[in-house]
Amino acid sequence: MRSKVGVVFGLTQPLLYLVLFGPLLSRVGGVQGAGGGNTWRAFVPGILVQLALFGAGFVGFGLIADLRSGVVERLRVTPVSRLALLLGRVLCDTLMLVVQAVLLLAAGVLLGLRAPLWGIVAGLVFVALLALSIASLSYVLAMMTRVEDAFAPLLSTVTLPLMLLSGIILPMSMAPGWLDAVSRFTPFRYVVDAARAAFRGDFSSSAMLEGAAVTVVLVVASVALGTHRFRKENT
Amino acid sequence: MIEARGLARTFTGRRGTVEAVRGVDLSVALGEIVGFLGPNGAGKSTTLRMLTTLLAPTAGSATVAGRDLRTDPGGVRRRIGYVAQGGGTDPSVPAGEELELQARLYGVADPAARIRELARRLELDGEGLLARPSAAMSGGQRRRLDVALGLVHRPPLVFLDEPTTGLDPQSRGHLWEHIRRLRDRDGTTVFLTTHYLDEADALCDRVLIIDRGRIVAEGSPAELKRRVAGDVVTVELAGSGAPLEQVALRARTALAGHSAVREATVLEGALRLTVDDGDRSLMSLIRALDEAGVELAALRMARPTLDDVFLTVTGRSLRDSASAAA
Ligand SMILES: Nc1ncnc2c1ncn2[C@@H]1O[C@H](COP(=O)(O)OP(=O)(O)OP(=O)(O)O)[C@@H](O)[C@H]1O
Ligand SMILES: [Mg+2]
Repeated sequence: MRSKVGVVFGLTQPLLYLVLFGPLLSRVGGVQGAGGGNTWRAFVPGILVQLALFGAGFVGFGLIADLRSGVVERLRVTPVSRLALLLGRVLCDTLMLVVQAVLLLAAGVLLGLRAPLWGIVAGLVFVALLALSIASLSYVLAMMTRVEDAFAPLLSTVTLPLMLLSGIILPMSMAPGWLDAVSRFTPFRYVVDAARAAFRGDFSSSAMLEGAAVTVVLVVASVALGTHRFRKENT
Repeated sequence: MIEARGLARTFTGRRGTVEAVRGVDLSVALGEIVGFLGPNGAGKSTTLRMLTTLLAPTAGSATVAGRDLRTDPGGVRRRIGYVAQGGGTDPSVPAGEELELQARLYGVADPAARIRELARRLELDGEGLLARPSAAMSGGQRRRLDVALGLVHRPPLVFLDEPTTGLDPQSRGHLWEHIRRLRDRDGTTVFLTTHYLDEADALCDRVLIIDRGRIVAEGSPAELKRRVAGDVVTVELAGSGAPLEQVALRARTALAGHSAVREATVLEGALRLTVDDGDRSLMSLIRALDEAGVELAALRMARPTLDDVFLTVTGRSLRDSASAAA
């Protein structure tokens, strides 16, 4: 299937960040106070969330192709539930993303990431759920726009500020007050912070709890929205 | 199998509103092959997409395969098959995989055997054809794949939106046979759309003619043609001695009171009659002419085509309006 090629291509960007930008960050590690002395622990979760944001964000393009070829209509006349129509796609996308995330984590460990195994697993769960939500939302956007020419610019205007505001590269705790306040409105920030806490093995921190709550809400809301859209999808 | 009342759909877009379907009533009985005939943009596909749960009607109601369209769309979906006008295959996925997926989605028992059977019936079993993605198939092969996908689960009711567009005459004939067999052997009800007059005529038990979102005529092809246009009988006269024109006029007078004759015109030494139910009235026409002492050289009867029917009910020719819209 085409997904093998996709796994590799989707990985190049986050891998470049990891290899070409990560070492730079570990030099200034003292400044950012990520704790535990291992800056990779703060950096890798950010890159994972970025991977989810961009990787899963783009899945809508596939749906637009399927809308055009009539595959979506063909599936919509089958008795399969609308939730299953959405989850069939979304789970496949999520699986692919988890594979990429594991590869990225392996690269991180090679570069010097040290974190408790359970922390890494918990972080992966956060990333997987985030990817699932973003994929659903990407399908909703794709079904609203219906053509690549409208979807692509919309996607980039949405994802870039989300990425910057979620503190993927540097923790938002370093941001000036106003920026920190703005970033509290982007759900991904909580997911990044929770994944960082998990990597530190800090399971009882408030960041972890907040992140878990935000993630659950995000998943439920985006899947409900996506299913609704598959049901409504009418033109 | 289908019972629709006042079905309507208006599209609202940036460029204004389009009343694609404006109140369609129709009923289709179990085991019927019903054809939806009309020019481009008449509202055929829109009606089909409403009946298959893909499009919410703006007005009206329908039961399809015994289930209410609005309250039980899932029940409708379980009982129907649908082949869209533009098909529905992923160009990069091998045909066989598409068929397997479709069989799995409908929970078909023994999918492999079913796929083999369908491939044989629809001539998709040629050299490695099913291993090819639809992008690497000819237009006609792709169309037959679309039809196969719609039939995988042996639905009791199938909707076919222009099933034979792009097929060569031979494949078209084969598909007609297949559709008839579906009905004869499995009792499948078939609702199809077409532009082709000969297809509606040869394949359908009943034809609904739709124009500008409304059904303007319906009946069996023979009924429609009889009801609306009558048969055309051309009588060539043998003028032994007397001038032909004179004979023709005499013939016309002889038939003037005949109950089946609607219209009689003299045309180049022949008499052109529009008659009701030509099959039955032909004998009495000949008898009346004989009694008047008119000698006949030849007699021809031509049936009106569905195009004549369309012309009568809409004032336009189906051929013209089709090419004007294209
Ligand atoms: N999604 C849509 N948005 C806006 N208008 C539409 C849409 N779909 C169809 N229409 C319009 O509705 C009308 C009926 O279209 P429909 O596809 O039902 O015609 P049709 O009878 O199937 O024609 P054809 O023989 O060309 O397939 C057309 O004027 C068409 O432009
Ligand atoms: Mg159509």
